[in-house]
Amino acid sequence: MSGPLLSVRDLSVTFGRGAGEVAAARGVSFDIGRGETLVMAGESGSGKTVTSLAICGLLPEGVASVSGSALFDGEELIGMPPERLRSFRGGRIAYIFQEPSSFLNPVYSIGEQIAEAVRLHRGAGRAAALREAVKLLEMSGISDAQRAARSYPHQLSGGMNQRAAISMALACKPELLVADEPTTSLDMTTEAEIIGLLMRLKQEMRFSLLFITHNLAIAERIADKVAVMFKGELVENRKKDELFACPEHAHTRELLAAYEKVGRF
Amino acid sequence: MNMGKYILRRFAGIIPLLFGISLLSFAVINLAPGKPGALENSLNPRISARALERLEKLYELDKPVYERYWHWLKRTAVLDFGRSFSDNRPVIEKIAERLPVTITINLLSLFLIFAAAIPLGVRCALRPDGILDKVMTAAMFFLFAIPTFWLALLLMNFFGINLRWLPVSGITSLNYEYLSPAGKAVDIFRHLFLPVTVSSLGGIAAMARYMRSSMIEALAQPYIRMARAKGLTERSVLYKHAFRNAVMPLITIMGLSLPGLVGGSVIFESVFAIPGAGRLFYEAVMMRDYPLIMAEVVIVSLLTMTANLLADLSYAWIDPRLRDKR
Amino acid sequence: MNRPILTGICIVGIMALAALAAPLISPYQPAQIDAGSILCAPSSAHLLGTDSLGRDVLSRLIYGARISLSVGMIAVGISTLLGVVFGSLSGFYGGSVDAFIMRCVDVMLCFPAFFLILAAVAFLDSSILNIMIIIGLTSWMGPARLVRAEIMALKEREFVEAARASGAGSLRIIVRHILPNACGPLLVNATLAVAGAILLESGLSFLGLGVQPPVPSWGNMLTEAKATLGVAWWITVFPGGAIFLAIIGFNFIAEGIRKELG
Repeated sequence: MSGPLLSVRDLSVTFGRGAGEVAAARGVSFDIGRGETLVMAGESGSGKTVTSLAICGLLPEGVASVSGSALFDGEELIGMPPERLRSFRGGRIAYIFQEPSSFLNPVYSIGEQIAEAVRLHRGAGRAAALREAVKLLEMSGISDAQRAARSYPHQLSGGMNQRAAISMALACKPELLVADEPTTSLDMTTEAEIIGLLMRLKQEMRFSLLFITHNLAIAERIADKVAVMFKGELVENRKKDELFACPEHAHTRELLAAYEKVGRF
Repeated sequence: MNMGKYILRRFAGIIPLLFGISLLSFAVINLAPGKPGALENSLNPRISARALERLEKLYELDKPVYERYWHWLKRTAVLDFGRSFSDNRPVIEKIAERLPVTITINLLSLFLIFAAAIPLGVRCALRPDGILDKVMTAAMFFLFAIPTFWLALLLMNFFGINLRWLPVSGITSLNYEYLSPAGKAVDIFRHLFLPVTVSSLGGIAAMARYMRSSMIEALAQPYIRMARAKGLTERSVLYKHAFRNAVMPLITIMGLSLPGLVGGSVIFESVFAIPGAGRLFYEAVMMRDYPLIMAEVVIVSLLTMTANLLADLSYAWIDPRLRDKR
Repeated sequence: MNRPILTGICIVGIMALAALAAPLISPYQPAQIDAGSILCAPSSAHLLGTDSLGRDVLSRLIYGARISLSVGMIAVGISTLLGVVFGSLSGFYGGSVDAFIMRCVDVMLCFPAFFLILAAVAFLDSSILNIMIIIGLTSWMGPARLVRAEIMALKEREFVEAARASGAGSLRIIVRHILPNACGPLLVNATLAVAGAILLESGLSFLGLGVQPPVPSWGNMLTEAKATLGVAWWITVFPGGAIFLAIIGFNFIAEGIRKELG
């Protein structure tokens, strides 16, 4: 199959109505090829999260209005009926977010939550799904996977929770993984481990990665392409080497200056 | 896993509570300005000196306070509350025969409160500031403010007397004995309908509001976004994830609202002439039947404490985070 | 000034004014018996009707406002004061002082307020003063917890450190720096508590254990309503309605304050 996996054209997201309207993202366009890593960089408020959420219809309905096009494997996601869209979510497009402990339900065990994803998209029974959950946790590098599966989010560290979230996201072998600042709240060592894990899994399972961050150092290590967001607009979208060699936009240069070293992975 | 330890810890925490309850109860009875014998004296002018002496011995007025307390505590621990002043029957018997009615009505009210308030609250939370929500919020505000005994009187007036649909007193009709089992059930239902409804209305109002705000807060949590991103149906997201978290605080609130319900029993049992423990208490107070008053105070507070404990334990059972806390 | 507060203040204000001006605006004396007009429906002579002793309901309602409002306010004054003291001690000193006071709170919360109050009334006589004190003594737990939470939250904050560094004593710190922050929630709590106290007093009087006739209280006017059920609707509707309005008024004020606090 040729052509990019995800093709976004002229995506705009507006919040509010009438006088209080705020454009969180304007005319965003980019492609992600199969097996490619696109790092979307920018400060908070630049519209990166909003853009990534808008693709799968994850923005609150009444509040946000989305226009433009997002072609995923030839199908138009924007404006797709919700039931159909739901089959994409988790199954073909998966998400992980910034603070895993907050993004995991505190009253269900890790294993149960992963199993939920497995049962949803692969139709497995309860026991089988739980076993699969343990295997997935092992795949994410958690040593005592059985114990972790029985644990609750508040009992595990941020790093372990993020690994669990990765297991959950990859449970159904998605084609695209959207990672929204997954390591921002982790310490440097754990950050390196998680990024290493992501890249390893990406190679094994061959999914495309949309990695959102404010730290261009990560982009330098893992990106194929880099897109820079500034105040809701995509101001640069180039191959990684070109961007680092001669950054065009002023904001890119600012981001380069705010480089935070990434640990070895 | 840690549930067992948590239960033990909670039970250990009860002991000071029991101690405090007994102290407070004992302190209250010793508020009586005159000697306990004095009232019986005034009620029965022909009481002899010997009888007075025996009464004094009985209440150990010649012994110091801490001895009295200790003896009272021992007797209370075996549920020996002495005999009622009015008919000399053992107090514990009188309470035991009336308590089931009060407990039944309160449990029914609790059930009604939850059955009505939870769906209402959730519905309002799903469409905040919608028409239903606005109407409900206003209605709740007013319902919450109505004094139960006033409402009871109004409803009795309306349904009981003007419309003659429902009976206004007691829990059974005069011909109860002659009814079939089904007839008996219906009869009790008709009698309990007004009391249970009246005592629940305020609770429904309050609980619905709590449910609403709790649900709204739960829906705003990050893990809801994750649940949606996983591709779960909206129904799953709402009930499996949001609701489960939202309903937890309500359990503690239910435990905390129990004293209010039981306290309310006193009034509306009197209004509806229901032979329950609340009305017994009222009668005891009117007649200054001290042993009975004391016993009811202790028993009711013990029951309340138990209900709180159960509410706490069930909260720990459903919220894993609490089991590991200090 | 938002709408709830205004509405609430209007309602409560009218009642308070009526209570204060009772001798001036009351058409009859509250204890004035008129054997000739027993149980009259509302008419031009008696705007809200008469009771079974021929006493004018409206006048009794107005004088009843005095009782209800004063009991409510004073009882809550007592409970708030106690609550602030205990909560401050608990929050500021922490440790065993806190543990002890909180245990007391737990114990008191095991007793349904009404039961405790009834029991107390059984042992003491039911003067209005006693009722105020007893209600006050059984409702301090709420404000105590509030103040304690506020103090514990703010204890470690910088401005407290700064005050301490400048040599301020503990009491001064509590009173001048921490308590003002607790004022808002305390005010909401107190307003709601007044409504609750009015309800308690009415309930007590309704059962015959509070304010004794012939002194009119909204509650003991309803006692009569029970006997005249179906015969004289005005004896049920108006006194109960007064209680209801008072509670709504205070609830509105509380709601309004809550809105202001954000």
